[in-house]
Amino acid sequence: MSPILRRWRLLALILAVLVAGTVLIALTRDDTPTVGVRDVGIDVVDGPAGAVEYVRIDATLYTPSDLPAPAVLLAHGFGGSKDSVADQARELAGRGFVVLAYSARGFGASTGQIALNSPDYEVTDARRLVDWLATRSEVRQDGPNDPRVGVTGSSYGGALALSLAGTDPRVDALVPLITWNDLSQALLPNAAATGSTVTPAAGSFGGSFGGGSASGSGGLTLGTADPATAAGVFKRSWAGVFFGAGLAPGADAGPRGEALEPGQEPDEAGLGGSASSGASSSASSGAGAGPVVGGSAGASPSLLQLGCGRFRPEVCAAYIQVATTGLATPEVVRLLQAASPAAVAGNITAPTMLVQGVQDTLFGLDQSDATARQIADAGGTVKVVWYNGGHDGGAPGQRLRNKIMDWFDHHLAGRGTDPGTDFEYAVSGSFQRDGLASVRTVYAPSYPGLDGDTPVQREELALRGGTQPVFAPPGGSPAAVSSVPGLGTLSSAAGAFGGVAVDVPGQSASFGTTVFDEQLLIVGAPQVTLEVAAIPGAPLRDAVLFAKLYDVAADGRRTLPGGGVAPLRVTGLPADGTPVEVTVALPGIVRPIEPGHRVEVVVSTTDQAYAMPAEPTAFTVAAAGALSVPLVPGRSAAGSGVPTAPLVGIGAVLGGVLLTAVVAVLRRRRSDDPRPDLVEVPLVIENLTKFYAGGFKAVDDLSFRVEPGQVLGLLGPNGAGKTTALRMLMGLIRPNAGEIRVFGRLVRPGDPVLSRLGAFVEGPGFLPHLSGIDNLRLYWAATGRPAADARMDEALEVAGLGVAVRRRVGTYSQGMRQRLAIAQAMLGLPDLLVLDEPTNGLDPPQIREMRDVLRRYAATGRTVLVSSHLLAEVEQTCSHVVVMHRGRLVAAGEVAEIVAGGGQASFRVGSPAEAAAVLGAASGITDVEVEGDQVHADLGGLPRSFAVAALVEAGVAVEQAGPRRRLEDAFLQLVGEEAVQ
Amino acid sequence: MTDTPGPVLAEGRLQSDRPTERRLQSGDGRGAGGYRAGSTMPLRVELRRQLRRRRTQLSLGFLVLLPFILLAAFELGSDGEGNTSGGLVDLATTSGANFTIFTLFASAGFLLVVVVALFFGDTVASEASWSSLRYLLAAPVPRSRLLRQKAAVSALLSWLALVLLPAVATGVGVLFYGTGDALSPTGESTPFGTSLWRITLAAAYLFVHLSWVAALAMLLSVSTDAPLGAVGGAVLISILSQILDSITALGGLRDYLPTHYAFAWADLLATDVDWSEMAWGTFSAVTYAAAFGLLAWRRFATKDITS
Repeated sequence: MSPILRRWRLLALILAVLVAGTVLIALTRDDTPTVGVRDVGIDVVDGPAGAVEYVRIDATLYTPSDLPAPAVLLAHGFGGSKDSVADQARELAGRGFVVLAYSARGFGASTGQIALNSPDYEVTDARRLVDWLATRSEVRQDGPNDPRVGVTGSSYGGALALSLAGTDPRVDALVPLITWNDLSQALLPNAAATGSTVTPAAGSFGGSFGGGSASGSGGLTLGTADPATAAGVFKRSWAGVFFGAGLAPGADAGPRGEALEPGQEPDEAGLGGSASSGASSSASSGAGAGPVVGGSAGASPSLLQLGCGRFRPEVCAAYIQVATTGLATPEVVRLLQAASPAAVAGNITAPTMLVQGVQDTLFGLDQSDATARQIADAGGTVKVVWYNGGHDGGAPGQRLRNKIMDWFDHHLAGRGTDPGTDFEYAVSGSFQRDGLASVRTVYAPSYPGLDGDTPVQREELALRGGTQPVFAPPGGSPAAVSSVPGLGTLSSAAGAFGGVAVDVPGQSASFGTTVFDEQLLIVGAPQVTLEVAAIPGAPLRDAVLFAKLYDVAADGRRTLPGGGVAPLRVTGLPADGTPVEVTVALPGIVRPIEPGHRVEVVVSTTDQAYAMPAEPTAFTVAAAGALSVPLVPGRSAAGSGVPTAPLVGIGAVLGGVLLTAVVAVLRRRRSDDPRPDLVEVPLVIENLTKFYAGGFKAVDDLSFRVEPGQVLGLLGPNGAGKTTALRMLMGLIRPNAGEIRVFGRLVRPGDPVLSRLGAFVEGPGFLPHLSGIDNLRLYWAATGRPAADARMDEALEVAGLGVAVRRRVGTYSQGMRQRLAIAQAMLGLPDLLVLDEPTNGLDPPQIREMRDVLRRYAATGRTVLVSSHLLAEVEQTCSHVVVMHRGRLVAAGEVAEIVAGGGQASFRVGSPAEAAAVLGAASGITDVEVEGDQVHADLGGLPRSFAVAALVEAGVAVEQAGPRRRLEDAFLQLVGEEAVQ
Repeated sequence: MTDTPGPVLAEGRLQSDRPTERRLQSGDGRGAGGYRAGSTMPLRVELRRQLRRRRTQLSLGFLVLLPFILLAAFELGSDGEGNTSGGLVDLATTSGANFTIFTLFASAGFLLVVVVALFFGDTVASEASWSSLRYLLAAPVPRSRLLRQKAAVSALLSWLALVLLPAVATGVGVLFYGTGDALSPTGESTPFGTSLWRITLAAAYLFVHLSWVAALAMLLSVSTDAPLGAVGGAVLISILSQILDSITALGGLRDYLPTHYAFAWADLLATDVDWSEMAWGTFSAVTYAAAFGLLAWRRFATKDITS
């Protein structure tokens, strides 16, 4: 097949493979699954059982293509509606779940009033929704009135999920996100507590604070108000945001945008992109705009009802009470606790995945810590995930949502691998790129300290600062700023809080550690023991203080991780200034403290986000003890250590290579097929054939033999195949047929018998950057033979370059290189010397010297093979000759015999017939031939002069007399043919 | 024989060899006296041939010089103190270890590829272009052995390059930026001693990873007579692979590209090392190297040498 055709065929093959691959990829690409969407309205009883009024819950049912499927109840955050979770609902339905996204009472298009997840209202509504799901044929059922259902939601929705799971045993799995455990603690925190803890982010509440719950239930029973919570500090700004969200529909109080995930570039995260969800919720709930008037139509609304939006009156009244006084009555606390999962967390048996945000000043890490403790103490399965977002950060990104869906996949649908209960937390690197820190996730085997596990590892850091006075200003102003609620994703997350935090001088006491020389990763809530004392003479009241932990860089830049502040209220301060010792649980953070940084605990008397007493006074604060920071060592990779699959693959590949090498070596050691009768014969070529693609035969059935001591000339015009034959002799080219035997051994590439052969073919080959003598030496060294065998001096004599051998070969002329190459061929004085046109480019004196060298070389018993296209050279140099043309052997024999040997003579005469008669008549002259104007005759031993004399005597004009050149005839004939063609 | 009247082979010299003396046979009666296939083309001979070349000296010299050039660039451009925000480039001046890591990071994608392709792609093809390949093969140096020895010397030179660059960079970095912790862009810090060990491992991984370029360059080197074609071809294919790797639409198919794991050694910068990417990268590199290497061997062993 011609090369062009072959090339096109190869191209077509490649193209076919590419097209097939593209088609295959296009066909196997998954289509996006179709999801059915249907709006439903579900009527639920309004209020405790027995009441007759109904509330219509506006919901949307999303169905996957594969039915029946497990169901997921999707609750929304405060201020949202079913539309704010529409995207997540579609995602879940695409995974194969039936999703019921609904607007809670008092939100969106649902009627009713907001009761803050009260067990009688929202939780009961949710139970009715589960009853409704039990009637649907699309939903997989576990039994009569028991659908396979999971619950998930953020913030308000998350608390509903926990409360529902704690009261309704039909819930099979739940994933609450960024939600609270005890709303009274979340909105009225008091970080002062006693005792140490075993879990990383333990706050000052949630039962089992002393490392092992006495009651075992881990939950607070309703009605018993913890003295600490009764005296909490009101989280004014967040509470205001929530109240506002309940007043005006569409004011979504949830996080905007998505949090940055590990491996994401800052522009990949959907930052600031969920403004649409807020807009859509406002559009859909346009019907409920403005304050909704409760009660029967016709009655004039009271002032209270006008200002309360869609809240239930008792909720509204509670808020008003706290917001105006800054202190909560026990009734308010009871209301808030009733709205908390803490009451029922001990009853949760469904597998729970608790997701909490690291950047969340509303519901911090201590909330999920308490829930985890309560669930674990009761024997439930709980997995804790801390992600790089929150109310101040962002909503969960794609990876976290995938993890949530994997949780449901395993625990509801029975698909996929068990996600396990290991503890994951996101670390935000302190090195920022484009204003956003990069994130990595760390995995620990379990959440430390749960249900009797080993307590979390803690490190003690000494604090210095002594006793410092702090001043509380009148009216709580000017106040320090630690965070602005929900500001997070409008500017860079971690950086904004570092920049926003401002302390007012004179109002804060700071206690610092020494500078770190190694990185310390704080995971959880650090703890510090403070001594607070009143200053005798100053007005005496409860001390309201705000403790914060700063990361101070070497250049003095201070960052408040997560914007977290721990407010505390210290009651019962003695008037004489005796200090009261108070253990403070600082806010839970995940922060790497870099080498060169130090940590500062700052205690301030004011904070913009909280309600403070108006009376001015002063206190002294001292650090009594060390700062105890929790550490949770973990691995950055989720998987186990040794990657076995690629190692096995590497072993297989290496084994394969080794096997191939061994096989190749073994194949080489086949029988050598020696011919002992030819051991003394330097060269025997039999039926040698070589043709190239397209059928062009370079060498065609060539056979000849060289005996020791001969100087054989290989004669032929250019293109006769001489060089090809010589290359085959050197083992560079494989013949297609026939064989070459040197000293009886078959010639193959790399065969040892080639060491007895010295060659110069198609020009010199030297390294131009080395000198002549270095080239020869290195060449000999490359043959691996002992340096003494090289006969270097003799070879250099042949080259005859003198001192020029020390110059770089790059500076040589062609003739010098030629001579050096011939000398290289003679290194070691090989038994068979093969030279291809050795006199090409040499001057006549050099040619003559070369001729003498070759003759002497052959006289020692060695053999020389010279190839040339010059007839005269072959005649003069060689003893034997082989003539080739177009790859074939044309003539072979001794030069002397061919060149006018045996007395054959040719005469050019005027009248050939007459001359033939004369010569034929002469005695001793035989074999008379006439050829044109030439007469050939065999003179025997007679000299030509005798024949000339005879011819002249006979009157024949003799123009030329000389030896008969059979060789030239043959050769010129060939050359003539070439010229014609 | 014209420049200087060189003496011709002396009359009696060659004739003094008696025929029986001359034929020193080797043990099995096959080759000439003193010839053993196993001792042809010794490494030191090939090393001498390669080390004397200007391109070897220049490329190794450039690698030694590169850290100094980078140092000058950083010093001329910065305000003075090392800032701690940004990617690896901005971290480079925080400590000596970071400087070395940045140097490796900057040169792993292209510079080291070119150096390795140069050492491997140039060997056989340049012999072919000088016409010295046929004389070596007729010496006879067995073809497999020739290829093997040349590959070994090229590997030695590449190894030298991969050792020189981080070593000099570490020296320069420690002198100018101190022996502080190595910081990664995700905020993890490793002590100096550990980071030095990690840098050594990273260089070792790079050596294994670049073996695919080496094998490809070798394959091209035995296929063509032009050294530039072999080196350039290998570099071009590496660039093509990098371009395809950046097309995220290819998804999982990108794992099959040879350069996909070129920066897997960055996992060594973390506090606890994830070995899976590097393991897959080694597997990928070894597979490609084996495939190209076997192809090169087979091609060279059966090829008709026409150069």
